[in-house]
Amino acid sequence: MAVVSSRAGRLGNRIAIAAVIVLTLIFLSPIYWITSTAFKPLVMATSVPPTVVFEPQITPFVKLFTKRAQLTAPVTPEVYDAAPWWEKLVLDGGERLARDGKGAVVYSAYPDRFINSLIVSIISTVLAVSMGTITAYGFSRFKVKGEADLLFFILSTRMLPPIVVAIPMFLMYRTVGLNDTHIGLIILYTAFNVSFAVWLMKGFMDEIPKEYEEAALVDGYTRMQAFFKIVLPEAATGIAATAVFCFITAWNEYAFALILTNRRAQTAPPFIPSQVGTGLQDWTVIAAGTVLFLIPVAVFTFLLRNHLLRGMSFGAIRK
Amino acid sequence: MMTTLSPSSRAATRGWSDITIRNLFVIPTVAFLIIFNVFPLLYSLGFSFTDFRASSKADVNFVGLKNYADILADPVIWRSFATTLWYVIVSVTGQFIVGFGMALLLNRPIPGKGFLTTLLLLPMMLSPVVVGLFWKLIYDPSWGPLNYFLGLGKTAWLTDPALALYAVAITDIWMWSPFVMLLSLAGLSAVPKHLYEAASIDRASKLYTFFRVTLPLVAPILMIAIIFRTMEAFKTFDIAFVMTSQPQAELISSRLYKMAFQQWQTGPASALAYIVLIMVLCITNIYVKYLNKAKER
Repeated sequence: MAVVSSRAGRLGNRIAIAAVIVLTLIFLSPIYWITSTAFKPLVMATSVPPTVVFEPQITPFVKLFTKRAQLTAPVTPEVYDAAPWWEKLVLDGGERLARDGKGAVVYSAYPDRFINSLIVSIISTVLAVSMGTITAYGFSRFKVKGEADLLFFILSTRMLPPIVVAIPMFLMYRTVGLNDTHIGLIILYTAFNVSFAVWLMKGFMDEIPKEYEEAALVDGYTRMQAFFKIVLPEAATGIAATAVFCFITAWNEYAFALILTNRRAQTAPPFIPSQVGTGLQDWTVIAAGTVLFLIPVAVFTFLLRNHLLRGMSFGAIRK
Repeated sequence: MMTTLSPSSRAATRGWSDITIRNLFVIPTVAFLIIFNVFPLLYSLGFSFTDFRASSKADVNFVGLKNYADILADPVIWRSFATTLWYVIVSVTGQFIVGFGMALLLNRPIPGKGFLTTLLLLPMMLSPVVVGLFWKLIYDPSWGPLNYFLGLGKTAWLTDPALALYAVAITDIWMWSPFVMLLSLAGLSAVPKHLYEAASIDRASKLYTFFRVTLPLVAPILMIAIIFRTMEAFKTFDIAFVMTSQPQAELISSRLYKMAFQQWQTGPASALAYIVLIMVLCITNIYVKYLNKAKER
């Protein structure tokens, strides 16, 4: 902890470091397992004993994006040779790609769901962060009547259990025809994230010295110019961190998407588990879909590592 | 007519006034939240006093407090609440022990510490529903790696009524211990070094130093972590819902979902939603108090 100088202390330190490394490996093993499953041949995904060492292949990803059918008869060598490499992978597994009347490959629903997730998450993040930033500035710089109560109200909207909100939202959306639309989901995710954005951005705004804008006001800037030219650039890091948090929240959201969408606007979180049907399922394909879905979040976690604590505690704890 | 303007009033007319800007910046967001959070809740408050079913076109009748009375008399709902309470206790305690333990281990100079912490934080950033799904693969009784590597035979984690809730809690502990760890680490690193030095000059034992120096100083931040996780665990839906359908492991959110969207008992479900809502708001209130305290420090 403090000063480690004794021999026993140094030994204790070594043991602690070894324990940390072992614990990290244990913690990462489930993620390793799902990732490795996405690269396994079908028979190895559910083998006993579990397969640890194998030759990775990307067949599951080809299957993820296509629709397939069992081969009824072996393919002729000519057809096999004419097929592109990724189709050969599917043929090797005893399946053929489904094609439409014109012979084009039929895609699975996965890419659509993935794109829906992108559309809904990106647009709702932009809206929530924009609103959150200006509102945070308002709370940070001006006297607002009942500020503490308003901030509590804003935070409490974020804490509501999604199912509780989803019941009336479902009924209202049904009345106005917003069920299963991108707009419906975007509005809801914006509302959900804006409270978070206000809380987090208020902390960042409070850290920008008021003197910066006051100097600009003396120089003849209007308040709005000072906000856009002085405050926003100063808050850029905070805005980026907030945006990443909002994006991850929207990207991962399940309950609203499950209840308010079913086909057209369905995002990936409700879709991925729905692939787990009855009977024999291809876990390699589910794993492939999961891994692709988790990649953006993993990348963002690394970009965000210095702000995670602050975001997770709604801006209460700064590093 | 422009001649009489004093310098200060000229400044005030330059662009919008501060009050206009404040209103412009604050009111739309608050209004937006009222329209999309408060208004729907008022709408469902109305339904909670009726026998409304969203799946039928039958007349809606006012039934007064009957829905609330039915819920309080329903053993299935009581069991869900009890299950949820037990789940919260198991999962938050587990996260506290694992998370705080890891923080104590990590609170020393370690090469590549930043990288290790980031890796440990990965689970909590992942989508709970997808995490639940791939833990299903890990828990599989016949070919799952967990049973095999730990030599647990054919333990049916998710279909055994006695185990299902713990299986979900273990997954939740895996996801969220790093969160407790992160907050604890922040608290631990903020303990002034001279206090440890003073304790070691006084020849205080390690244990004594821990309980009398470290713990009291880390306690406020630990409280934040615990209350926040309590609130989140209480609301748990996705993980439990995809992982198991055991009635013994049914959390209150899943019960609510089934009532509202599978049985279409919109009226009673709205009433139950209100009961849950009030409980969550109480925890939120406590949480915000601690947050503000932490901010003042």
